[in-house]
Amino acid sequence: MVSLFKKALESKKFVVTSEVAPPKGTNLEKIKHHIELLKNKVDGINITDHQSSVMRYPSLGGALLVKEMGGEPILQMTCRDRNRLALQADLLFAYSRGISNVLCLTGDSILMGDHKEAKGVFDMDSSQLVATIRKLEKGKDLGGNDLDGAVSFCAGAIVTPEANPLEPQLIKFEKKVEAGAEFIQTQAIYDLDLFKHFMEYAEQFPVKVLAGVILLTSAQMARFMNKNVAGVNVPQNLIDELSTAPKGRAIEKGIEIAGRMIKKIRKQKLCTGVHIMAIGREELVPEIMSAAELG
Amino acid sequence: MIRSITQKKTEEELDQLLTGIARIFIIGCGTCVTMTHTGGTPEVTEIKEKLLKKGKLVTGDLVLPVACDNLTAEVLHENRSKIDLADGLLILTCAFGVQTIARQVKKTTIPGLDTLFIGKETGLGQFDEICTQCGSCILGETGGVCPVTSCHKGLVNGPCGGTKNGKCEIDEKKDCAWTLIYNRLKDLNRLDLMKRYQKPKNFQREPRPGKYWLTPT
Repeated sequence: MVSLFKKALESKKFVVTSEVAPPKGTNLEKIKHHIELLKNKVDGINITDHQSSVMRYPSLGGALLVKEMGGEPILQMTCRDRNRLALQADLLFAYSRGISNVLCLTGDSILMGDHKEAKGVFDMDSSQLVATIRKLEKGKDLGGNDLDGAVSFCAGAIVTPEANPLEPQLIKFEKKVEAGAEFIQTQAIYDLDLFKHFMEYAEQFPVKVLAGVILLTSAQMARFMNKNVAGVNVPQNLIDELSTAPKGRAIEKGIEIAGRMIKKIRKQKLCTGVHIMAIGREELVPEIMSAAELG
Repeated sequence: MIRSITQKKTEEELDQLLTGIARIFIIGCGTCVTMTHTGGTPEVTEIKEKLLKKGKLVTGDLVLPVACDNLTAEVLHENRSKIDLADGLLILTCAFGVQTIARQVKKTTIPGLDTLFIGKETGLGQFDEICTQCGSCILGETGGVCPVTSCHKGLVNGPCGGTKNGKCEIDEKKDCAWTLIYNRLKDLNRLDLMKRYQKPKNFQREPRPGKYWLTPT
């Protein structure tokens, strides 16, 4: 089974991925609508895994839906809710159903979400999950037992290029690459000069980098992220730019900013591609792509 | 010194636990819970007055020197006449104390405290968790800072993406263990240790319940 996403990563093209969020409940209309909008426009669709530790329809179910609808799913898997048995089992299941891309994440704390009294599992971490995939591919499980039928995945992980302090994150990044990550999605970046520095470093490693772009929906939202989201720093000039938009039109400014950034990343050939996150406003991704003059 | 860090249960929970128990004997401890002001003489006196106001009968009270010590058996024996009069024991010690007492006395035992963690006083009135007794010590590779205990997620391969300015994503009053480890290893010129990949941890080194013999049986 060939991963179309992997093919795209290895081609010379500028890769674009995005993401959809499974619903709180069983009503799949909205996620189906988002998948429909994105599936022919992007090279891969991430399905988030109980993002911000909020219990939802599973990412595995969302990934199957993408597959059934003819899209290319990138299954997000966190280590927060499953131990090593459950994670391996879900990887076997995903592979058996044609899902061939996985993004390995440690996962937010349980305390970020809506089941604050639950037990966070963290039996493994993101780098160990990447290594687990590579082991399963060799036909062995983590216990060293033979598998009757192995897996094959395009496996990736994440990095936060604007973290403070940065070096501990870079050490973890190197461990993820050594463990076998083929691609790295970054946390949202807003300062392209900083990102250039990061890429000068990252280019030493055999890994494809997709720059994370989060749609800014208002000045207030940008300030909120600066205050509350680790590793996200929206510069003041962008906040000011969002503030200049007429009332109710900040989102258009946000689309313009995201489009402009993507265009620069592409023109300057800073990295393999971008991962567009329009949290809660997934229907706007095609507009962001138009603003970026993509496909 | 290693300490058991405790917190008082809420009055509401305690009322519920004491439902149907009319005559109560109260036990505190002179060691860890005295230091944390959760089960020393003042707290025993305070709860005694509260219970009397609620119409309970307090048959007696006592503050053991070290509740988890073997001598506890003797002290309880000396107080057996008052203990025998009670329907239940309200115990303001950590869970070690509660279990030590429960083994000695055939009475309903009600813990008045929740045991939060085993740690130490690191500043005036500040207590920090130090070790979770995981059974496979990693301190040799982490500059003497324990990520299994001090990282919220117990990560052994470096920080998560939630770390912010050296603090943890769950609470800006809590340090990011991996920032501490990084700084320490950098000072020691041993960042190579942090770059070493750690396999998934063996969580069954000593399967619960822990048991250990000096002489293998």
